[in-house]
Amino acid sequence: MKWLDHDGADKDIVVSSRIRLARNIKNIKFPQKLDADSAKDLKSKIKNSIMGDEEINNSYKYYDMKNIDPIKSRVLVEEHLISPGLLEHKDIGGFLLRDDQNVTIMINEEDHIRMQVIYPGLNLEACWEESNKLDDIIEINTEYAFDEKLGYLTSCPTNIGTGMRASVMLHLPSLVLTKQINGILQAVNQIGLTVRGLYGEGSNAMGNLFQISNQTTLGESEIEIIQKLKNIVKQLITNERHAREKIYSTNKVKMEDKVYRSLGILKNARIITSKESMDLLSDIKLGIEMEIIDNIDRMIINKLIIKTQPANVQNKYDKNLSPEERDIKRAEIIRKELDI
Amino acid sequence: MICERCGHNPANIHFTEIINGNKKEVHLCDKCAQEKEVGSPFSIHHLLAGLLDNQIDGKMKIDYVEPKKCKVCGMTYGKFKETGKFGCSECYSSFQERLNPLFKRIHGHDNHTGKIPSRAGKSMKIKKDIKKLKLDLEKAIEKEEFERAAELRDEIKNLKESIKD
Repeated sequence: MKWLDHDGADKDIVVSSRIRLARNIKNIKFPQKLDADSAKDLKSKIKNSIMGDEEINNSYKYYDMKNIDPIKSRVLVEEHLISPGLLEHKDIGGFLLRDDQNVTIMINEEDHIRMQVIYPGLNLEACWEESNKLDDIIEINTEYAFDEKLGYLTSCPTNIGTGMRASVMLHLPSLVLTKQINGILQAVNQIGLTVRGLYGEGSNAMGNLFQISNQTTLGESEIEIIQKLKNIVKQLITNERHAREKIYSTNKVKMEDKVYRSLGILKNARIITSKESMDLLSDIKLGIEMEIIDNIDRMIINKLIIKTQPANVQNKYDKNLSPEERDIKRAEIIRKELDI
Repeated sequence: MICERCGHNPANIHFTEIINGNKKEVHLCDKCAQEKEVGSPFSIHHLLAGLLDNQIDGKMKIDYVEPKKCKVCGMTYGKFKETGKFGCSECYSSFQERLNPLFKRIHGHDNHTGKIPSRAGKSMKIKKDIKKLKLDLEKAIEKEEFERAAELRDEIKNLKESIKD
């Protein structure tokens, strides 16, 4: 998980920023209608357009979905390096991953090309700048399916126009605790943004982590979408910080008690479910941000949130684990990481 | 009223089911109603299909008589309604007249104002810029920012001339 190695802006609340662009090649059927041979041709075409560019070719590696075992591919999803949609196209899909893991170019997912740029902290501009540049490079050798009125044409009409999904992952424990979150999320939904859990569409907001992204892709420019999202995220950051301070100033001992109890459980538990570990890690994360705990690095917790996901735990052990065995191994992994 | 499926919980979900033209009142408890639903009832594709069904009745009937197909990939409109996904980029023009209201419902807009790929041509890009500047111009006039408006007017004029050649 190299991409989580660094800190970013507003790191006390924002875990990561991500931009994804959906693109399709003109005159080629979308992946769901694509036959095996054309899918293969398309894969090599996209691969070559990256590998053929002298400036960037050395930093990418290509992986074919056919050659990746099922557990490993789910690990990649949990690490946010590829999308769950790519797993559904195992027979025709592939991806290029940049060495620093900040950039992934998926081929034959729901669309021919899905490029993603992800950075820790609040850094949408860098994500946009990089994905925009990459988009231009790929376009040198290919012609995109593009319509003057509808913009980039995509497999699903919810992505037409910019084909861009910009999202920010936020840790909002105090807004959850003070029950302000529901009102805020409803308001967010009304202005063309959407809120999801850690693993996107259909996932619950475990560990007080929320992913906010643009719902609509047609009618606003990329910059406008990013500005709007950033503006809302900034407000959420301010509200969360305010709530944290208020809770800490009025209930100092209670808050410290909660953080240290959670730490006690994580350091000593022998069996722990994914849900429980997410909730407790959220407490520790808050404890670090509030400077209640000062001997644990934020990055360790951010990574533990991912390392304790089911496929990540399974991937560390050779034999097939039952859910109960997985809970035991998860507790082991956490104890080892927090052994300070 | 008691749930007609499990027979012991109180029924609090009531709806009318139509199967092969036969109407039937159904009364279920929360648990049975949830179990009865196959898959996730609120997936994006279900929602999309719902949006499409919102269209004027007349069009839907025509659809039934003569299924429309995309001339490139063979995708039918019915299949698109079911999956929420197109088969190829030509589907957009094949089903064009039915899709326009859909875009407006999904996005609140029906016109792209974002990035334009360089291959699609410079003039297209400039046309977009002009459109955007014209909107800014209207706003400036509304706000009585006449100096700004004059600047915008000149900019639009220059751009228009640049694509004449």
